[in-house]
Amino acid sequence: MATASRSTDSFISLPGRDPEIAQFTGVNKSYGSTRALIDFSFEVRAGELVALLGPNGAGKTTAIKLLLGLVRPTSGKLSVFGGDPASTQIHTRIGAMLQVARVPETLRVREHIDLFSSYYPNPLPIERTLALAGLTTLRDRKFGDLSGGQKQRVLFALALCGNPDLLFLDEPTVGMDVEARLLLWQEIRNLLERGKTIVLTTHYLEEADALADRIVVINKGSLIAEGTPEEIKARTAGKKIRCVTELSTAVLRGLPGVLDIERDRQTTVIHTSRAEEVLRQILQLDLKVSEIEVTSAGLEAAFLALTRETKN
Amino acid sequence: MASVSTTMNPAILGRPNAISICVKEAKYEFLKSLRIPMFLVSTLVFPLMFYVLFGLVMGRQMIGNLRSTVYLVAAYGTFAVMGASLFGTAASLAAERGLGWLEVKRASPMPPFAYFLAKVVMSLTFSSIDVLALMILGVAFGGVHLPAATMVKLALTLIAGSLPFCAMGLAIGYFARPTSAPAVINLFYLPMSFCSGLWMPFLFLPRFIQRVGVFLPSYHLSQLALNLVGGGQGGSASGHWQTLIGFALLCLGIARLGHQRDQRAQG
Repeated sequence: MATASRSTDSFISLPGRDPEIAQFTGVNKSYGSTRALIDFSFEVRAGELVALLGPNGAGKTTAIKLLLGLVRPTSGKLSVFGGDPASTQIHTRIGAMLQVARVPETLRVREHIDLFSSYYPNPLPIERTLALAGLTTLRDRKFGDLSGGQKQRVLFALALCGNPDLLFLDEPTVGMDVEARLLLWQEIRNLLERGKTIVLTTHYLEEADALADRIVVINKGSLIAEGTPEEIKARTAGKKIRCVTELSTAVLRGLPGVLDIERDRQTTVIHTSRAEEVLRQILQLDLKVSEIEVTSAGLEAAFLALTRETKN
Repeated sequence: MASVSTTMNPAILGRPNAISICVKEAKYEFLKSLRIPMFLVSTLVFPLMFYVLFGLVMGRQMIGNLRSTVYLVAAYGTFAVMGASLFGTAASLAAERGLGWLEVKRASPMPPFAYFLAKVVMSLTFSSIDVLALMILGVAFGGVHLPAATMVKLALTLIAGSLPFCAMGLAIGYFARPTSAPAVINLFYLPMSFCSGLWMPFLFLPRFIQRVGVFLPSYHLSQLALNLVGGGQGGSASGHWQTLIGFALLCLGIARLGHQRDQRAQG
């Protein structure tokens, strides 16, 4: 069904006209005394998927809201399709999936999509939207009767039903189980194949890695790293080595790629970007080393590493 | 539906017909509310049930020289359109504002006025259903005999007179919390109805309540309706309308303040 109707899609991205689809230049955004974004600059190019990656409260959602004109920058410039992101005219080319606490529950899936489709000049046929979001069998369900993952899919459908050139997906897979997440990833990839430009926020490094052409890492309102997933991973591929060793902290610090040492009674935790080499050397230097455990440093530690790098 | 935009003038291509958006928005606003049992109970069941109990079951009493069944069409008519307007606007606005749905709408290309217009149109629709149902009950079971022209005037007065309460609902919707909105509405709605003589004829009310009552918009709308059926306190129609219009403007002003407050909070 989905493949049969693919040819009916009349998608025009006008990539030549919009090399930069959206642009932030030195944007600051404060809420009272809280600085949500600090001197933030980056651009979105036609046809790419940019992931804004960061922990909760990093400023990702603020960036999306600025791009949608829902909030205004405190200072700095930003434009979307060369215009004011708050204008309704610009919004006809944009679809957005936002985090929302409650959606009207008594409307059916099909009805929600029908209404949102009517806002756009060239919407997809409703059946097509349902198929793309995997909602065909749920079309007559009331929103309130859906599971959490299914609700996310309806919000995804509302973002794509207008056949927009640019999509904003704010934490699209939050609250989804693994299977639902993989399915949505596939649907996001399908949109990219059709030439859409996508800005996605996530706090899962894995998600950004699976989908993005470019990752922008944000922490505490500032852009701390930007690059392809490979580049970012290279800088954040930290491991934690936990062990009981008699080697001194000074010796451990001298080992390759060591970022940090934590000592707690007998146990030592070594943060490093080159775990294999560090292990090899510890085993040679300390024959009594025991209780070795290697774990992925996790995103928190990766951010730590990245923020430290930017300070140096 | 999807073909609407393709028939547009190319010069304004990229803008679907605003009227068709409003119609669809209102249609779904209506369906959305129709499927909420609490909304139906507050706006349809209560006024009609009161009319059946106090008008039809309690028997044929006289209020002044007017049959109670006639009097109560006007009084419960006012009560019903107030309820439809307040619940139709305030409850959903407070919830959608407070829980992020309005933001999703604002991120879409929906013209902002369509959102508010849909709530008002939906409220007017429920008000019309209320008024028609009361009249049918009155004529069929309450011995209400009024000239057709009077009936039409009464219906139009109540429906048009519901608009200031839509404005009041928007004002409440901008300041009430999502969870407390229905309670806040009732805190205004029920005392206002009582003090305006919608449950008990105005003249039967204690003097001090009457003194408060004459300042309430619900009093002025009920008087407009009662005057048409010969049960009012007198007073010029234009005076009542002026009060209602003034009240509507005041409420729109308050709603605007709430709107600006929201905008500031978001930056």
